[in-house]
Amino acid sequence: MNEVELEELRKRAEAALSKPAAYGPDVDVTQFSVPPPPTSYEEILSASSHLLASVGVDLTGRGSAGTYLQVDEEAVEVEVRTPGLRVLNLQQALEDGIVDGYLWRAVPVDADKYTAAAELFGRRQGYVVIAERGAKIETPVQACLLMSAPGAIQAPHNIVIVEEGAELHVVTGCLTMMERAGLHAGVSEFYVKRGGKLTYTMIHAWDEQTHVRPRTGVVVEEGGQYVSHYVNMTPTASLQTDPKVWLVGRGARAHLSSVIVAKGDSVMDVGGTVYLQAPDTSAEIVSRAVTKDRAEMIARSLISAEAPGVRGHIECDGLLLSNQSRILTLPALDAKHSDVQLSHEAAVGKLGEDQIFYLMSRGFSEDEATSMLVRGFMEVKLEGIPDELRRKIEMAISMAAAGL
Amino acid sequence: MLRIEDLRVTVDGREVLKGVNLELGASEIALLLGPNGSGKSSLIQTLLGNPKYRIKSGRILLDGRDITDLPANERAALGLGAVFQMPPKLRGIRLRDLLRRLAERSGADYQSLMKMAEEVGAAHLLDRDLHVGFSGGEVKRAEVLLLAAQRPRVALLDEPDSGVDLDSLPVLGKSIRSVISQDGDRAQERRSALVVTHTGHIAKYLQATRAFIMVDGVIKCYGDAQAILRDVEKYGFEGCLNCIFAEVRRD
Repeated sequence: MNEVELEELRKRAEAALSKPAAYGPDVDVTQFSVPPPPTSYEEILSASSHLLASVGVDLTGRGSAGTYLQVDEEAVEVEVRTPGLRVLNLQQALEDGIVDGYLWRAVPVDADKYTAAAELFGRRQGYVVIAERGAKIETPVQACLLMSAPGAIQAPHNIVIVEEGAELHVVTGCLTMMERAGLHAGVSEFYVKRGGKLTYTMIHAWDEQTHVRPRTGVVVEEGGQYVSHYVNMTPTASLQTDPKVWLVGRGARAHLSSVIVAKGDSVMDVGGTVYLQAPDTSAEIVSRAVTKDRAEMIARSLISAEAPGVRGHIECDGLLLSNQSRILTLPALDAKHSDVQLSHEAAVGKLGEDQIFYLMSRGFSEDEATSMLVRGFMEVKLEGIPDELRRKIEMAISMAAAGL
Repeated sequence: MLRIEDLRVTVDGREVLKGVNLELGASEIALLLGPNGSGKSSLIQTLLGNPKYRIKSGRILLDGRDITDLPANERAALGLGAVFQMPPKLRGIRLRDLLRRLAERSGADYQSLMKMAEEVGAAHLLDRDLHVGFSGGEVKRAEVLLLAAQRPRVALLDEPDSGVDLDSLPVLGKSIRSVISQDGDRAQERRSALVVTHTGHIAKYLQATRAFIMVDGVIKCYGDAQAILRDVEKYGFEGCLNCIFAEVRRD
């Protein structure tokens, strides 16, 4: 990108730096500092290896097609082990000129103060993963974003490009290893070209004092497919995200699932939006929210049907494990064409007493019955992803359930 | 083995059992008959320890031990097991996983359970969420499998034959028989069963010895299973009531 374009981005970001997000508690982004590079990555990594394992990251790189590891605002490991795959950090990709036309195209730089902060305070770190044309990369690429510095902002900017007919699986594990307030404002822009397929798995284990504001935009071309699975397992000061997916080519498909556990005093506002802009596109949004203690959870979803022959379905369930917590589900369907099929179902409540009794009558204690039912509630369909990845997600969900 | 003394029970303030007395001997298979709404299922749920069924008076004794106030899981640990008439749907809990966990506890042979699943036509249900989208007959097959995995000493079966088509009845009946009788590897143990049946169809596969007839929350009549089944078929439950009025016991 040339200087003029970069200057333009900077100006738009500056103008948006005090623009609050549409949803979620407002956070003063200026109170967080850009952290100095940590003195020893090895120490940080060895101290957090078990935490990393819990979010599906294996530092040995075994079972991964490639690895990207970022601590605070530094990319500390960038590795590729598979032909047809490229993994770089953003700065490198910009220098090489390979993400021109992709930076800030699926997420506007001036969307809100968090995108602005990512542009202004981020150090052009974040992963760039590219599956080359026709490359079927069945082993997942792992990316890990670790926050270690207290009071700091982490603003990685990630770009994933799946070229025509390629297939790519990315699993991102994000976590905090500190006990003081921090802000994660990651930007992710994904581009799935004709007939390509991207599955994106995100497992989060943040800290009770971390504010999390991921901003994600996805563009899917003709016959392409985007599948995302999101698991959040720990209490977080606040989390607000609403990934937006544009299906712009005929027959493109999207499937978004999320399993969110909100405990303690967490405030979470998790959405998903799919725009069906081309004929015969389809989308499914599935969410499972579990709240406990005093947590507040808003589960939003929107499917907007803007072309003929499109289909969309929202399934949005909430389980309250305490009387002081709250779940608000807001499934929305927007039809701008008559030849569409849109539907949603939502159910919110506590565990059924008849279900608990049934399992107890089979010999399980009340606690066992409860945890079996909670784990069962959190079960989501995991199709189209490699077995290894499925096991990781299932493990993460089990850990999240076990923590309840 | 199982003794019920003057049991009075309410649900949502409504009295559903009005002084039930019933005794089930060791190795006995008994039928519990009666018109709709007479309290048969309420009795089964009460015996299992469903907290919705509030015991106002009376006692339940298992092998002489008072289990009236025990929670359901402790009753199961003492040997009670059930086939539910209308079990809840358990989303996200696969039949196979539940069978495995139950077998681990009870010592039931998992491979034999898989074989039984084949025999009763439930193999296709193993990897589905329990009872979610099951037909009436499929619910019963899954329930019988779960009962087998529990290896109960006292089995309480609430209409195991309802919703089951007549063609599948013999094989399901045979499986139930193998779970509740003393055949097979646990011949030395004494097991009993109380089987609620509306139709009596299942009865001929179970070799039941006695039958009880429940009307309006009490046991009105009991006696030889075959004789009672014959009379009920001939005269209906009204006939049974007449027999009570005539003070004729059918022992």
